[in-house]
This record gives sequence, structure tokens and C-alpha cells, in this order.
Amino acid sequence: MTVSIDTERTVRLTVNGVPREATVPVRRLLSDALRHDLGLTGTHVGCEHGVCGACTVLVDGTPVRSCLVLAVQADGAEVTTVEGLARDGGRGGQVLHPVQEAFRECHALQCGFCTPGFLVTIAAGLEARDAAEEITEEEVDDLVGGNLCRCTGYANIKKAVRHAAAAMAVSAGTAAGPPAISAETAADGAVR
Amino acid sequence: MKPAPFRYADPRSVPEALEVLAAEEGAKVLAGGQSLLPLLSMRLAAPATLVDLNRVPGLDAVEVTADGVRVGALVRHAGLLAHDGAARVQPLLARATANVAHPAIRNRGTTVGSIAHADPSGEMTSVLALTGGSVSVAEPSGERAVGWQDLFVGPLETSLPSVAVVTSAYFPALPPRSGTAFAEVARRRGDYAVCGAGVVVTLDEDRRVAAVRASYVSVGLTPEVHDLTDAVAGAPVEKADWAAAGALARTLVDPDGDLHASADYRRLLVGVLTERTLIEAAAEAAGGFQ
Repeated sequence: MTVSIDTERTVRLTVNGVPREATVPVRRLLSDALRHDLGLTGTHVGCEHGVCGACTVLVDGTPVRSCLVLAVQADGAEVTTVEGLARDGGRGGQVLHPVQEAFRECHALQCGFCTPGFLVTIAAGLEARDAAEEITEEEVDDLVGGNLCRCTGYANIKKAVRHAAAAMAVSAGTAAGPPAISAETAADGAVR
Repeated sequence: MKPAPFRYADPRSVPEALEVLAAEEGAKVLAGGQSLLPLLSMRLAAPATLVDLNRVPGLDAVEVTADGVRVGALVRHAGLLAHDGAARVQPLLARATANVAHPAIRNRGTTVGSIAHADPSGEMTSVLALTGGSVSVAEPSGERAVGWQDLFVGPLETSLPSVAVVTSAYFPALPPRSGTAFAEVARRRGDYAVCGAGVVVTLDEDRRVAAVRASYVSVGLTPEVHDLTDAVAGAPVEKADWAAAGALARTLVDPDGDLHASADYRRLLVGVLTERTLIEAAAEAAGGFQ
């Protein structure tokens, strides 16, 4: 037979722009390969059966659950984890992704366990949409609907999505500026 | 929560995949893996070998003709959802895939894999049935079509032999003067449906109801298509008693109760979702006349 049937394989993939390689048992989940074999512990593992969304990473630019992909299946792929969202700001510093900035600004996390999955999912979702269009409530719900958070009650996460969308509209040159957090809160009398 | 050890092959053609399936006892085909990998991680399944189709070229095409839509084994739910041509010929495809799990699952999970998985709580098994569809199955002896009635045997069980690869699913086009709708009730958006309903309403040339068919999600052990025409046959589309069709549907289904919903509650949902989707589908069918 010409097809190779293996229990172990060497996987080569590009993670956050860096070529990486690991020899893993074929049953190794991508989530575990990232954490255990490559030392990238930013990707969190919650439920391990595709429900919580904490382990979401980008594979070739598309958000997927890394606990529902085998590491061998990612051979040759470009993977972006939460560690790859911030950009190099020069002089050893980093510039946060607008979604990370918005999470900090809007207090969209408490314990932080689910945060990597939210950040990656939302960043990819906002980058894929037309920044000039104002984001709708339904879009926001759709974006965060696949991720579980047990601390925040989602209100501040959804607020961060709207804030990041507005910030990205500004950097795309299509809007005047993101709403000030306090103004947004005062406008409807409640913290959203 | 880690899969039991297995052997892994990623063949580059369907014949190669069949070769591995034939040579390896207890082998299982892997496509999107969004249902299979959770089963492995929870140790509900422990196949000796996984035969991964993801590196087989040519299985990722959506082919649309006036007669229907053929969906290749590696077409992701997200790809089918975004395919305008497929939605024009058979609108149930986009309407149902929009209800499949969450976007990150839809990016990876395949429509054909979900059908081959034969989960009665899957949307696409029900849509295959409702549209009168079939799958194309490659076996060492050649390729054959298997109609939906002959495919589903029980929950997570098909009639297919172990040395077989489902290479595509075929969904016939929506008939003329017809409308469709699909709706679900789930605990959370994107969760498995407690109950889901897909319907097709077909009118005659005088805008009277000619045929009404429905298929449900998470109701019964295998997908079924229920003919609800008797409740509304011949009624002008604006005056049809859709509640009566919903009531008829409740007498036809045989749902099970589980942790999430009792059988009685599911039966109630069948009635409610049937009426709701029929109103929508009838309006769409009627709209086609204007």
C-alpha cells in the first residue's frame, strides 16, 4: 500500500508567522499540540469537546475549535493564536489588537479563562466584515454566541465588540471615532 | 477527554481511502470531525484507524444545476451557507445550514459528514430527507447512489458498509410554485435543537395548496418526511388553516424525551414550529406568483 498509516507524525506549521515543528502522536489535538508541544499556553482548553470556544484559533485565517482538529490535520497550515493578535510596535513593544484594546477598555473579562477564544473569534469576525457598516445587535450576538463566559454575563463583552468595531471603522477611515465608553453608558442609562 | 490511541492515514484519493478502509479493521472516515472528534474525546467511540479525507482533492465542490445541488464531501457548512447559487435552486440548504452550530463549527464541519454521521439531531439529515435527496457512495466495486430512505437505519447508524466513502450529497431543486422555511428551538443559539422543523409548501396554478411536507430535527430516531397536505389540501393559500396542519403534524410524530425536553414538550414544539414555518413558506410560495 502506498498510503502511510501512522501512530506518530512530524507536523510542520506556521504559528503566528513563525515556522514550527513537532513530532506528535497522531491522536494529539491541535489545542494540546499548541500548548504542550509548542509552549503556547495562551490558547485555553475548557470543555475539550467543542462547546465552550475557549480554544478557538485561526487556521489559514478561519476561526476553528482547536480541540476539534488533530495536530496532524494542521500540517502545512498557518495558525494564529491569541499570542499572534498583538502587532510588533517596534523597540520591543507590542501594539494590542483593537479587540484586545476594547476588552481592556470595557472590562470585558474577569477571570480571563475564556478570553483567548473570544479575542480570536471576535478579531477574525470583525476583520472579515465591512468596517464601514455599523455593527448590528444580531451580528454581535452571532459573533460571541459560540463562546461561553461564566463570569461577565456577556454584557461587557458585547460592549467591547461594538467598541472594537467602531475603532476599526476609524482606522479604516470610515468613521469619526469610537464612542466614548462613558457617553455610551450614559446615553441609555445602563452599562451594556 | 483525550481520544484513545488510533492509527491515522491521510490518503490523496478516494481509491486510496478505500484501500486503507479495506486493509484496516475498525477504520472510520474523518472529514470535518466536528461530531466525530467530540465522540473520540469523550471515548464514546474508539476506532482503530482514522482515514482523513481532508487531503483528497476534488471533494470540495458545490455543483449547481437547474435540477439540484450536489455538495462534495469536503464542502464546509459555511461554504454551503454562503453559496448563493445553491440557495437559489434549493433555499432549504442555506436556511438549514444557518442553524448548524456556531460559525467556528460551521467553518470546519462538513455537510456530507453530518449526513454520514446520521445524527437525528442534525439539520442536514432532515433536509436531505425533505428534499428527497441521495448520497453518492464510493465502494471498491464502484460508485452508487443511495436514496435517503435507504441510508438512515438508526441514530448514528447508516446502511453503508465499512469500506465505503460518501463522496457527495445531492439535493433536488425546489419544485415550482413552492416555498420553504426552517426554524429551530434551542436552549442557546447554535446548540443542538430541542426541536427543529423544515417545511415545503407547493401551490397549484390557482394558488391553492397542492402539497405540504415537513421534516423535523431531534424528533424520532431517523429523519422522516411527513405529508401534511390533507389538513389544508385545496385551500386558497391566503385562507389555509396552518394551525390544522400543525395539529396534524403532532399526531404523526413520535418524539422521545430526554434531559433537555420531554416527549410531550417536543410534540408541542412540532405543532408550533410547523404552523410558524408553514405560514412563512406559504407566503414565499404565494410571493412567487407576483
